[in-house]
Amino acid sequence: MEAILALGIGVLTASGVWLILRPRTFQVIIGLSLISYAVNLFIYAMGRLRVDAPPVVGSGAADPAKFADPLPQALVLTAIVISFAMTALLLMILLTLRGLTDTDHVDGEEKAP
Amino acid sequence: MIAWTDHLIVAPIALPLASGAVMLMLGERRHVAKSAISILTTLLLLAVSLALVHSTSGTGLSSDTAPNARAYLIGDWPVPFGIVLVLDRLSALMLVLTAILGCTTLVYGFARWNRAGPRFHTLFLFQLMGLNGAFLTGDLFNLFVFFEVVLSASYGLLLHGSGTDRVRIGLHYVAINVATSLLFLIGVSLIYGVTGTLNMADLTAHIAAVPPGDLALLQSGAAILGLAFLVKAGMWPLGFWLPTAYSAATPPVAALFVILSKVGIYALLRTSLLFFGDEAGAAFHFADDVLLWGGMATIAFGTIGVLSSQTLSRLAGFCIVISSGTLLATVGTGNVTVLSGALFYLASSTLGISAFYLLIELVERGETERGSAPLTEPVFDDEYTGALEPDEGSEVGVVIPATIALLGGGFIFCSILLAGLPPLSGFIAKFAILDGLIGLQRITAPSTWVLIALIILSGVATLVAMTRAGIDLLWTPGEGAQTDLRLIEAAPVGILLALCLGLMIFAGPVVAYMEETARALHDRGAYRSAVTSAPRANSPKVSR
Repeated sequence: MEAILALGIGVLTASGVWLILRPRTFQVIIGLSLISYAVNLFIYAMGRLRVDAPPVVGSGAADPAKFADPLPQALVLTAIVISFAMTALLLMILLTLRGLTDTDHVDGEEKAP
Repeated sequence: MIAWTDHLIVAPIALPLASGAVMLMLGERRHVAKSAISILTTLLLLAVSLALVHSTSGTGLSSDTAPNARAYLIGDWPVPFGIVLVLDRLSALMLVLTAILGCTTLVYGFARWNRAGPRFHTLFLFQLMGLNGAFLTGDLFNLFVFFEVVLSASYGLLLHGSGTDRVRIGLHYVAINVATSLLFLIGVSLIYGVTGTLNMADLTAHIAAVPPGDLALLQSGAAILGLAFLVKAGMWPLGFWLPTAYSAATPPVAALFVILSKVGIYALLRTSLLFFGDEAGAAFHFADDVLLWGGMATIAFGTIGVLSSQTLSRLAGFCIVISSGTLLATVGTGNVTVLSGALFYLASSTLGISAFYLLIELVERGETERGSAPLTEPVFDDEYTGALEPDEGSEVGVVIPATIALLGGGFIFCSILLAGLPPLSGFIAKFAILDGLIGLQRITAPSTWVLIALIILSGVATLVAMTRAGIDLLWTPGEGAQTDLRLIEAAPVGILLALCLGLMIFAGPVVAYMEETARALHDRGAYRSAVTSAPRANSPKVSR
C-alpha cells in the first residue's frame, strides 16, 4: 500500500509541476489542484497508514495502538477547504483576465510566434 | 482562574474578525459607518497592542521579574493538544507595528481609495487579523492557517481597484502564493511525521531528541518550510514577484503590504531560533549559512534593482527587498547584539517604506496632473529640460509652493531614512547592526566583511536613486499649480515619519527593548516553560 500511495503522490506532483509551468491559465490552475491533491495525500500519509483503525476514541480508557492518528486527518480537512477556496478565487481571476485581455496566456498577451 | 487582562491576548485576533464580519452586513454605500467602525477597531487594536507591549516589558527595575512570554490557551485545552497563543516581546513588537500601519494606511485610504471597489474595510480588517494571528500563534499548523488568512485578504486587497494590470499581476501573485502554501504544508507535515507534534514549544524538546536516522527527514521538512517563509520574505532567487506585485497595488494597500514581507522574516526568526538553537543537538544552527549568503545575495539584488528602477513604486519595492535581505543576513549571523540591531532596523524600515509608498502617490499625482509624465512612462529622464527653461522670469521671485515644500520635505526625510544617513533612525539601526557585526568573534570571516560592505553600498545606492527621482519629480517646475494636498492624506505620512523621528529621539529605550527582545528570543527555556505552565481557566464559563 505504501508503494501505491507513494507512486500516486509522485505522479500527481510531477503532473502538477509540469502543468504549472505551462503558459495557459487553465493549465496552471489544474496543475495547482493536482499538487494540492498530492499534498493532501502526503499529509495523510504522515500520520502513518492504517487500515480499519478508527480515529476517534470512545468513552473510557482505550489502547492508542488500535487507533489511527486523528490529527493529520483534521489537518487534511483544513487544507482541502483552504485549497478549494483558493482554486475558486483563482478561477474567478482567470475569467476576469480572460475577459480583460481576450487571451488565456498567463501574461495576458500572446508571445510573438 | 485567570485575570481578565490575560484575555487581552486574544483581542488582536477576535476584534478585527468581529468588526469585519459585522461590516459584511452593512450595505456597500454606507461608507461613513464602515469607515467609523474600521478606524475605531484599528485604534482599539493599537491600544491593545500597546497594553500588551507594556505587559511583556515590565516597568523600570522590575524588568528582570517580568515574564518574557505568556501563553493563552484557546478553549482551555491542555498544552500540547490544544491551540495556544503565545505573547512575547517580539510578537508584541510586531503587533504594535501592524496596528500603526493599520491606522495610518486606513486613514489614507479614507481619502478616496476605500471607494475604489467593494468590501475594502472588511478585507482590510481581515488582513490585520491574519497578521496579528500569525504573530501570536504558538502552533505550526495555526501559523499556516493565519498565513492563509493573510494571503486571502491580500488577494482581495491587491485586486482592489481592478484594472487589467492588477488582475494580471494578481493572477501571478495568487498562483505563486498558492504554490508556496503547498510547500508550507509539505514542510509542516514532514515535521509532524518526524516529531509527532506541531506545538512550537513542544517541538523544541522533541527536535533535540530526534534519532540520527530521522534527522535528514526533519531537516528537509524544516528546509521546505523555510522555503515557504523565504518566498514570503522575498529572498533573492525567490523574490522576483515582490516589487511587481507591490507596485500594482493601490497605495494604502502597498503601504500595508510592507509588513507582509516581515511576516516571513518573523516566522523564520521564530522557528529557526526555537528549533535550531544551541541545545537542538545534531540539528544545531541548521541553515544559518544559507540565510547569511542568501540575505547577502538579496541585498545585492535589491541594490541593483533600486538603481535600475524606472518608477518610484518599483523603487520602493526594491527597498523592501534590501530591507528583507539585511534582516535575513543578520538573522543568519545568529548573534544577539546583531539581532537587536536588526529588530530596530525592522521597525524603522517598515515605518519608513510604508510612509514612502504613501508619499509616492502624492508626489506622482501632482506630476501626472501637470501632464509632464504619465504614470506609465519612466520617471527618470536623463535629458530633462524642464529645469532649464529660459522663460522662468526673475529667479528671485520664485516661490516654492507650500505643497511642494511639504512633499519635498517628506521625500528628503524618507530618502535619508531609507538610505541610513545620520541623524535619523535608519542610521541608528544600521549602525547598531554594523556595531554588532564588528563585535563578532569570527570577524576575520570574509562573509562578515562582505555583509558590512553590502549594507553600506545598498544605502549609497538607495540615496543615489532617491535623489535622482526627487530632483526630477520635485525640482522640475511644471506648468500650473501643484494639486492641493489634503490633510487626510498628508497626516498619515506625517505620523509615520514622526514615529521614525520618535525612534531616533528615544533610541536609547527602544534599543534597550530590542536588546531584551533579542536576548529573550535566544532563551528557549523561558518560552517553553511559559507555554507548558500556561494558566488554565478551570471554570467552564470562560472556556469557549
